[in-house]
Amino acid sequence: MNKPIRTISIFCLLLFLALMLNATYLQYWKAGELNDDPQNRRVLVASYSRERGAILVGNKPVAQSVESDDEYKFQRTYPKPMIYAPLTGWFSYYSATGIEQTRNDVLSGDDSRLFVTKLVDLLSNDPTKGGNVKLTIDPAAQEAAYRGLSALGPRTQGSVVALEPNTGKILAMVSLPTYDPNKLASHDLGSVQDTFDRLDGDPTQPLLNRAIQTRLPPGSTFKVVTAAAAIDKGLYTAGDDVPGGVTYQLPLTRGSTGLIDNEGRSCGANGSKIPFTQAMEQSCNTTFAQLAGQVGAEDMAKTAEGFGFNSHYFDDLTPQAESVFPTDIDEAQLGQTGFGQFDVSATPLQMAMVAAGLANGGSVMRPYLVDEEQSADLDVIQKTDPQELSQAVSASTASEVTKLMVSTVDNGTASPAAIPGIAVAGKTGTAQAGQTDRSPYAWFISFAPAENPRVAVAVMIQNADIPRSEIAGGMLGGPIAKAVMEAVIK
Amino acid sequence: MSQTSSSLMGFVHRRRRGAELFLLVLALTVGIGAYAAVGIGVEGKVPADIVGYGGWLAALVIAAHVVIRFVAPYADPVLLPVVAALNGLGLAVIHRLDLAKEAAGDFHGYAQQQLTWMTLGLALFVAALLALRDHRNLQRFTYTSGLAAIVLLLLPMLPGIGKSVYGARIWIHVGPFNFQPGEVAKVLLVITFAGYLVLHRDALALAGRRVAFVDLPRGRDLGPILAMWLVSLGILVFQRDLGSSLLFFGLFLVMLYVATERPGWLIVGALMFAGGATAAYYLFPHVTERFDIWLHPFDYYGKNGDQAFQPVEAQFGMGWGGLIGRGFGDGDPNRVPFAESDFIIAAIGEELGLTAVIAVILLYGLIVERALRTALICRDGFGKLVSVGLGSIFALQVFVVVGGVTSLIPLTGLTTPFLSYGGSSLIANWVIVAILLRISDQARRPAPQLSDDTTAISDDATQVVRLGRLP
Repeated sequence: MNKPIRTISIFCLLLFLALMLNATYLQYWKAGELNDDPQNRRVLVASYSRERGAILVGNKPVAQSVESDDEYKFQRTYPKPMIYAPLTGWFSYYSATGIEQTRNDVLSGDDSRLFVTKLVDLLSNDPTKGGNVKLTIDPAAQEAAYRGLSALGPRTQGSVVALEPNTGKILAMVSLPTYDPNKLASHDLGSVQDTFDRLDGDPTQPLLNRAIQTRLPPGSTFKVVTAAAAIDKGLYTAGDDVPGGVTYQLPLTRGSTGLIDNEGRSCGANGSKIPFTQAMEQSCNTTFAQLAGQVGAEDMAKTAEGFGFNSHYFDDLTPQAESVFPTDIDEAQLGQTGFGQFDVSATPLQMAMVAAGLANGGSVMRPYLVDEEQSADLDVIQKTDPQELSQAVSASTASEVTKLMVSTVDNGTASPAAIPGIAVAGKTGTAQAGQTDRSPYAWFISFAPAENPRVAVAVMIQNADIPRSEIAGGMLGGPIAKAVMEAVIK
Repeated sequence: MSQTSSSLMGFVHRRRRGAELFLLVLALTVGIGAYAAVGIGVEGKVPADIVGYGGWLAALVIAAHVVIRFVAPYADPVLLPVVAALNGLGLAVIHRLDLAKEAAGDFHGYAQQQLTWMTLGLALFVAALLALRDHRNLQRFTYTSGLAAIVLLLLPMLPGIGKSVYGARIWIHVGPFNFQPGEVAKVLLVITFAGYLVLHRDALALAGRRVAFVDLPRGRDLGPILAMWLVSLGILVFQRDLGSSLLFFGLFLVMLYVATERPGWLIVGALMFAGGATAAYYLFPHVTERFDIWLHPFDYYGKNGDQAFQPVEAQFGMGWGGLIGRGFGDGDPNRVPFAESDFIIAAIGEELGLTAVIAVILLYGLIVERALRTALICRDGFGKLVSVGLGSIFALQVFVVVGGVTSLIPLTGLTTPFLSYGGSSLIANWVIVAILLRISDQARRPAPQLSDDTTAISDDATQVVRLGRLP
């Protein structure tokens, strides 16, 4: 009977080998996939119970873990919840957003670059501590932007973005309405769910980061792009005269639908020429419709895309909405794009990049929010290097457009952003929502000081407690942009 | 003739009791060390009762060792330490799960009960060794134990004492005692099969037809295998116990193959198993569901009454444990329902990692290896068959339960020998080890010295006896 016993032995050996191989597959090869499964409560509870790193602005935390005496050991708190909510996001038992989500590896301590720290913790039997994430935000600019925007009233919907032109650092990013992430990070899971459901169902969309997720027609602020395209093509310089007119009939159209005007601003007689500065100061729709036609659809699109339209460039927060400059358009539509209407739409971040690109000699820097990633012991493990996104227009073009924008602040519609003693470049915008019963959107972009720019700002007001007739980019956005620029420069 | 045979049989096994003692110390280190590690990991300090607990555990295994020294001096020296290590580790893990349940306000004291069961198991182990001085005596009980096994298997079907627990009707409840008779039945069945087959192996092996390189047994010899097939199908159908039916059928196949040396039986049996399993898949919804959950556990997770919760949580836990585990107290093994019984491997995988899972599988492999080695060197057919049967039961049971927990095969309910919480299983397994030790003692014992006298007699016997001339 020994021969079959030997066969059985081989059979048993195979059974046990299969068990060991399968266990190895499960616990080694498949482990990563299992741990990444969003249904895996173990991973969630563990990361929830861990001392996460802080999110820093300057040297102060805007998100940190403090010890709690319940089963989760640590409570995530947000010391300045409303101002920074769109940036930090929240870290709850159910989900994470914002920097909490995009930099979760560092904050939770799972990042492979924290391996040594983790090993030391393991050997000294300390629980793993997460690393810190330091933001590029300038706290003074952020607070000025938040104060300015919320001063428009409790029902304000809008956003402010400030960039450092020569690096792409985001100095301020505010979105209203906002929410309190502390309520979503609570250990009272029932109230977390209730709060989330309420915020998620709110028609004013407080969970939306309007700075990167809301696309609206940029209106007249887009005229700086049209001007840049025209100058870059060699058609004009800032000192030249450009076509003006009280009204302008778009090509391919007849009658009132294709007839554009300037809402009474002084833009010369039909068929006449006016100085480029006047056209910019008075925000002449008739002029820029004609300029767009002269530049052509292809070059308009090329310049707009140079500034970042139609592309994805921001990953520090998700999801970034891509700003749109329409392609495949006819001449009438092309004319409308010249003053930021038709299908042109932009996020506040995009318009800040337009201002920053012009401020930086035509070179558009990739915007970034995370300055440094640090280990729990504050050693820098990664510092973000500024990166050029593209050269949108030549340096000389940029300086010509800057002249036009400075003149717009000094003598024109953008005067509310003027700072005594400092040359400020700016442009207003008031875009039609498309429906007559809705308030128009107010825009403002600017940078300062004009000769050596340190900050570029875009302000977008989607909705505010202000009568429809009083909504104008300069009146509403100008003072906010001014406050943010002053906060950075002074 | 006698010269060659005596030189062949001249190899004498050493007793190796000292080695056993040394290995037992290692096994105790595993058991008591794990208990201390649980205390440190979960409560931050060495448990206060470590001396009492460790002392009791040590006393139990040392007592077993001493008994072996006296009544089975040639017994296999590896079996007892391996089993002691598994039992000790199981106790520690059950204790750890107890602490988690206590923290959640659901204290059962499973570890304390398991220690009681272990004590009882060792008592029966010693009793078995003392009572059973020669394993061949068991052959007398071939039919008795067969009858007892069938009665035990049918008991859960009786109204009043049988009870359906989580779909499987494999428990009996008498007064305060709960008992899983299938665990005892498997030992009895091995004895029955061995006794039957050792008598009928020639009849089973002799006749047959050769079809396509395969020796198929005769139709009338298919009787026992058909009966076994029906029994396992019956268990599957009436008690909804996939694991046990697979175990009994596989056991019988292996023993039949070893007894007859005819691989044809394996093929016939495998085909019948495949047929039965396919039929069960289409006929019984709970089998269909088990199979589908095995194929697509994540599709079922969180839906449809959460049937896949247990296997998926086990997978999550084992993945979470990774190579070296989270450490006692740092995992969440209690998320898996029945982590202390059927799913204890998942708890080990989570907190002690792949390393410990492989170690445990290797320990089981060692038990099987020692059982099969005993079968190889055993001098009588009955002993060979019993050792092969007991070894195969271990191999199959471990494969079915560990494979089920790690999703290698569809999940069926079986206990993990020596690790899982559960009295019936623990006691039955300790008795299995006692029988294995007894057989190995007989097998390793030097052959009785009969040569001098018998040689003389046989030499005489071959002399031509002259009877004188017939008239």
